[in-house]
Amino acid sequence: MASTTMQPGTVKRYRPRLAWRQQVSRIWRWIFVGSTALAIVLLGMLLVSILGPGIPWLSWHLVTDMPSRLPERAGMNSAIWGSLWVVVGSAVTSFFLGLGTAIYLEEYAEKNRWTGFIQTNISNLAGVPSIVYGLLGLVIFVDALNMGRSILAGTLTMGLLILPVVVISSREAIRAVPPSLREAAYGVGATRWQTVRHHVLPAAFPGIMTGIILSMSRAIGETAPLLVVGGASQVLFRPSSPLDPFMVMPLQIYNWTGRPQEEFEQLAAAAIIVLMIILLLMNSVAIALRQHFSKKARW
Amino acid sequence: MTTRAAYAGQIQELKDSVVTMASMVDKAIARSIDALKTQNVELAWTVRRADQEINDRRWTGEEQALTLMATQAPMAGDLRKIAACLHIFTELERMGDHASGIAKIVVQTADEELLKPLVDIPRMAQVAREMLDGAITAFIEGDADAAWRIAARDDEIDTLYNQIYRELLTYMMADPGTINRATHLLWAAHNVERLGDRVTNICERTVFTVTGKFEEMDGLPGDYDPAAASANGASG
Amino acid sequence: MALESKQKAEQGAPVRVPRTAVNTAERANGQAAEAKPIVISMKDVNVHYGNFHAVSGVSHDIRQNAITAFIGPSGCGKSTVLRSINRMNDLIPTARVEGRIEYHGQDVNARDVDPVEVRRRIGMVFQRPNPFPKSIYENVAWGARINGYKGDMDELVERVLTRAALWDEVKDKLKESGLSLSGGQQQRLCIARALAPNPDVILLDEPASALDPISTLKIEELLRELETEYTIIIVTHNMQQAARVSDETVFFSLNEQRQGILVEAGETNKIFTNPDDERTEAYITGRFG
Repeated sequence: MASTTMQPGTVKRYRPRLAWRQQVSRIWRWIFVGSTALAIVLLGMLLVSILGPGIPWLSWHLVTDMPSRLPERAGMNSAIWGSLWVVVGSAVTSFFLGLGTAIYLEEYAEKNRWTGFIQTNISNLAGVPSIVYGLLGLVIFVDALNMGRSILAGTLTMGLLILPVVVISSREAIRAVPPSLREAAYGVGATRWQTVRHHVLPAAFPGIMTGIILSMSRAIGETAPLLVVGGASQVLFRPSSPLDPFMVMPLQIYNWTGRPQEEFEQLAAAAIIVLMIILLLMNSVAIALRQHFSKKARW
Repeated sequence: MTTRAAYAGQIQELKDSVVTMASMVDKAIARSIDALKTQNVELAWTVRRADQEINDRRWTGEEQALTLMATQAPMAGDLRKIAACLHIFTELERMGDHASGIAKIVVQTADEELLKPLVDIPRMAQVAREMLDGAITAFIEGDADAAWRIAARDDEIDTLYNQIYRELLTYMMADPGTINRATHLLWAAHNVERLGDRVTNICERTVFTVTGKFEEMDGLPGDYDPAAASANGASG
Repeated sequence: MALESKQKAEQGAPVRVPRTAVNTAERANGQAAEAKPIVISMKDVNVHYGNFHAVSGVSHDIRQNAITAFIGPSGCGKSTVLRSINRMNDLIPTARVEGRIEYHGQDVNARDVDPVEVRRRIGMVFQRPNPFPKSIYENVAWGARINGYKGDMDELVERVLTRAALWDEVKDKLKESGLSLSGGQQQRLCIARALAPNPDVILLDEPASALDPISTLKIEELLRELETEYTIIIVTHNMQQAARVSDETVFFSLNEQRQGILVEAGETNKIFTNPDDERTEAYITGRFG
């Protein structure tokens, strides 16, 4: 069939309006640039409002000292250790629990109404307000299992909080592994576990790590659950056993902002900076791990 | 739109080439017999010259078939049909040579008086021409039964040939002076008899195209009925 | 040529039957088919995907040490039937296979038969080359290792890669990733991988359709060599390939209910020069309509 656009006399049926369309395109570009700029500006303002008061108070002693009533001697050592315990502990528990759940749901379970129901519920759990997890932790870990307001209870509570995120991102990562890889493994007579262990998991690993990174970022910053499970009192030592009471960085910051002295506000800002630095370091390690493993499995 | 319409068109062109060449051969036969009957040397030369064209047709026809095979990868029925065309072009070319051979005899016996008015040889040639027409039609239409029946008519040609042979032998035995002319006539008759054999070959190719089986068609009785024969399981 | 073969056969010499296109009387006397034993027997196989009846009533026997080609238009069930043979359809939750598929007389779908064992003996090569994202060595070794191979792995890898006509090209870079090879080489690596667990049947699902013509021809040559030791079934939508490479051809098509059916099966030479069914002829000559 000959093209009708190329024949003389048919050009009139088209009105390209090129200039107008380009103009609209340009306008949208400015809208997008504007949104980005706005976001950056807001973040910048946030940073400035923290860096301003915070930087003068940054020092080694802030990191190594314990909290005290006097701002000059107050440090966040206990909070840093507590946070590290909680974050690492919850990452580890949710990693195994979450990954196991994801593997079961993706590789082993039949796809029926029951599994669909489970999936919906897990997604919903990801959106439940964190305070609810705190209350849950209080009832189950602190009271019923008699752990008291200990770091163990805090870790397990945070583990529950980030579990849905880990499950969802692990499932996505596993689902992203091409079926052809699985077929190839089954084709040589592999069992399901052999296929999962040697091919699916290594290939999904980068995605799973991303999930862990996201979860750890959430765990280090969530305040509400630990407020309920951990309490806001001063903790003046590093936790040495799982049943010790504990303090985490966000709580410490909350604590300091509640003090009347102005210096504590500035201390809080400094603590926020420390928190962000630790967060960045953690993420870098996780990203490095992900890069290392994704080099091995290239599509 | 049928898939491979272009391909179907090319096969049709190949079939047309066969038909064209067959009609050229038919004309050559008719003219050569005519020249023999009337001792028309000029007509004989025309036939001889026209044979070159028939030869060329064979090569172009073969090339057509080969091109089809190389470019279109014919399979099954198409493959058999195109392979049959290759053979039919050759048979037609040989038939053209036979007609040309008859024309050559006309030239060679030009200054001799005809031994007798020719009746049987033209009759043989007429059967051969009818057979050729029928065989080509059967091939184009893919009619295996028709091919069998036409091949059976070769019997008529063979009978006529034997008759001519005996008659000419009688002439030669009666009068040795006629040996030269009789021999020439015998040779002309032989050429016509070969025409029948060639058409039989074409019929064999037709049956092969249709059924995929290659069956010899020599020595069929004149009243051969393919339908009755296959009912008795005689074919193959 | 047919006459010489007959004389040879009478002398008792093993006869490599020439691939002639003509059915002469001699061939009809049974001299042609060297009666090979049957490896896989399918009886009235039906496959459903949920409510969709994909394949209906397929019955056919596959001969040992021969290459059988499954041809037919898209969607007519040839890949489905192939995948049923080594129970790869088990991986599709909605798939249901009925009928009997026998491997050396044993029902492949029986309750006490482990699909893992079936797949060890009936290997598979897929349409798009899919080597593992591991080293070339590991690609081959892994299949053998998980199936409990306890012998010299280096020797096995070399033997199998040689069998797959790839050894010379990769012997100096066994530690490199399988994905660093070209498409044709990757597919040969996949064939080597399929050979590693020492199967007896190899199924290939359009193995050359993603490859360039030269790689395709190399794979075909490879299959001809492998035929002496293995039974090979190849699904292909390339008719010339089926004609070039296979000993037997099975033609699948769709019936009026759009279910896949087996229309005709026979010696490749016959199918491509003189098929019995007019549907086969229509497909092979490319005329549909």
